[in-house]
Amino acid sequence: MSRAATPALVRLPVWRARFVLAAFLAGFALMVGRSVYLQALKTGFLREMGEARYSRVLEIPATRGRILDRNGEPLAVSTPVKSVWAVPGDVHASPEQLQHLARTLGLGLRELKKRLADTSHDFVYLMRQIPPAQAKRVAELDIPGIYQDQEYRRYYPAGEVTAQLVGFTDVDDAGQDGIELSYQSRLAGRPGSRRVIRDRLGHIVEDVGSVRAARDGKDVTLSIDGKIQSLAFSALEQAVERNKAKAGSVVVLDVRTGEVLALANMPSYNPNNRAQLVGSELRNRALTDAFEPGSTLKPFTIATALELGKITPLTRIDTDGGQIRMARYTIRDAEPDGVLSVTQVIQRSSNVGAAKIALTLPPVAMWDTFRRVGLGAPPPLDFPGETAGIVRPYRSWRPIEQATMAYGNGISVSLMQLARAYSIFARNGKLIPITLLRTATPVTGTQVIPARVAHEVRDMLETVVEPGGTGPRARIMGWTVAGKTGTAHIAENGGYAAHKYIASFVGFAPASAPRLIVAVMIDQPGGKDYYGGLVAAPVFAQVMQGALRMLNVPHDAPLVPIEPVPAEDSKEDA
Amino acid sequence: MAKLNLLLLAVLIACALGLVTSQNKARQLFSEVEQAQDHAHQLNVEYGQLQLEAGTWGQHARVQKIAREVLGMHTPDPANVRIIMPAGEPAH
Repeated sequence: MSRAATPALVRLPVWRARFVLAAFLAGFALMVGRSVYLQALKTGFLREMGEARYSRVLEIPATRGRILDRNGEPLAVSTPVKSVWAVPGDVHASPEQLQHLARTLGLGLRELKKRLADTSHDFVYLMRQIPPAQAKRVAELDIPGIYQDQEYRRYYPAGEVTAQLVGFTDVDDAGQDGIELSYQSRLAGRPGSRRVIRDRLGHIVEDVGSVRAARDGKDVTLSIDGKIQSLAFSALEQAVERNKAKAGSVVVLDVRTGEVLALANMPSYNPNNRAQLVGSELRNRALTDAFEPGSTLKPFTIATALELGKITPLTRIDTDGGQIRMARYTIRDAEPDGVLSVTQVIQRSSNVGAAKIALTLPPVAMWDTFRRVGLGAPPPLDFPGETAGIVRPYRSWRPIEQATMAYGNGISVSLMQLARAYSIFARNGKLIPITLLRTATPVTGTQVIPARVAHEVRDMLETVVEPGGTGPRARIMGWTVAGKTGTAHIAENGGYAAHKYIASFVGFAPASAPRLIVAVMIDQPGGKDYYGGLVAAPVFAQVMQGALRMLNVPHDAPLVPIEPVPAEDSKEDA
Repeated sequence: MAKLNLLLLAVLIACALGLVTSQNKARQLFSEVEQAQDHAHQLNVEYGQLQLEAGTWGQHARVQKIAREVLGMHTPDPANVRIIMPAGEPAH
């Protein structure tokens, strides 16, 4: 066929034109249908897929707040670390590169090859939580198929010194124990997110849509003074070791502000490496463990009797040669005495004397004193696992129980409760609220006993550390001290264990204008000494002396060395 | 009419080029902001690490040990201590 040929008029059948028209119409209808389908029905999906080609949602990381001591020293800090992972099937590396990688990660070459050889998985961790500098060297090797993720790791610079107090977090950076748990909502950050457009090279070129800002966690500043805490911990550690004790706790309170300046426990653990952690190391004993305090409770019995006018500091009490029988029980003194004044009952820690005084009191009055000084209710510290201790209702007390409660048996308290309760003697009868957060403002407290009674008991507590008292080893150079020793048998299987004791000492200084309360508890000393005056009092002295010096508290006693006192004088029995 | 159209065409092209330039500039600036923010974040991270390091070096137990053992320091003897009270109060 050539173009020059004259077109001949050919009569075509009509159906052919109609067929073509119909085909066109059908094609058009198909197109309209398809476009309606895409534009109207599937539009959302298509837009999404389109955007997915160039836009990404990025997470904006938020950091967890720090935990600081009162001077701003960090006790817990989060720092970003990298985790290196690989898609084994995608890794193409030369032998030198692999060797470099193994060396940078601190991993054996064989181990590395073994992990990369397993191509059945699409994801394998090569190393978790490595420092950013190390991660950067890994990235510089530029091996395809090797990726990094950002994670956060919590570090505790003070380590075992503040372990139980600060607590720790889990791998997801959520608080598990201690302050980390109780202030979780304040410490936790909230990660944000944003949608961005990336160019071909992966650079972010534009923010699109709304940005949800990340909110970093807030810092928590504790009332703890790092220096006093460190001193308390090392003094406690030495004492627990020296006396072969099972455990121990120390609490230091600021009398003026109610702040907890130190709170140390033994045994302890390193929160930065919790591989070999055991339960007993985990407990913040000073708050979570209740124990029968023994003689450290006597001053409260005496205060109740003084308040009700049953006795004066000079009232004579006959201690019947150191033992009295009640029902089928015998109450004994460690050192038999004859007739003692009330002051001497405290100074010599006579159980018989305290029991006799208690029996002149209505049970409700003693119960009321215990409750008003905060025993039987958890201290308001907002700490996980705080114990309330046990103060049984006075209606169920039998006389023998009332008598033994006078010297701290049949009642249980935590060391923190005990330390706080002593604030009534240090603050002229006022019980102070206590806190684990820095406040630095003086607190007023609530009047629990009359100021006159508080002064009388304080004078008695001063005689405890004098020669002739049960706690001369609590004396310190340069300041006057008032306090009380305690040596309690441990209750076991419904009775008292014969040779298991808790030695304690609670006191405050300077006695003329109290500034600090220090409470020490040593659980089951296993050496030859077990009296509070021999085991706990030296820890008290060491911590009190150092803390008062660090706080620049004015001296109220001459700076002359303390003469040593023979151990014989520190005996007592409760 | 044709003249007006030509003029409008020229204006249109100028506007289009302007848009392209400003968009490009905006993206460049944005990327600079990004980099600056990245840098700020890195500095923050480094600050945290330095703080941690300072905290670790400054452990009271460590300072005390060095003071005692390396520097030979000790708490002063009572005989060598004199206390000065403010405003001439009597000292013990």
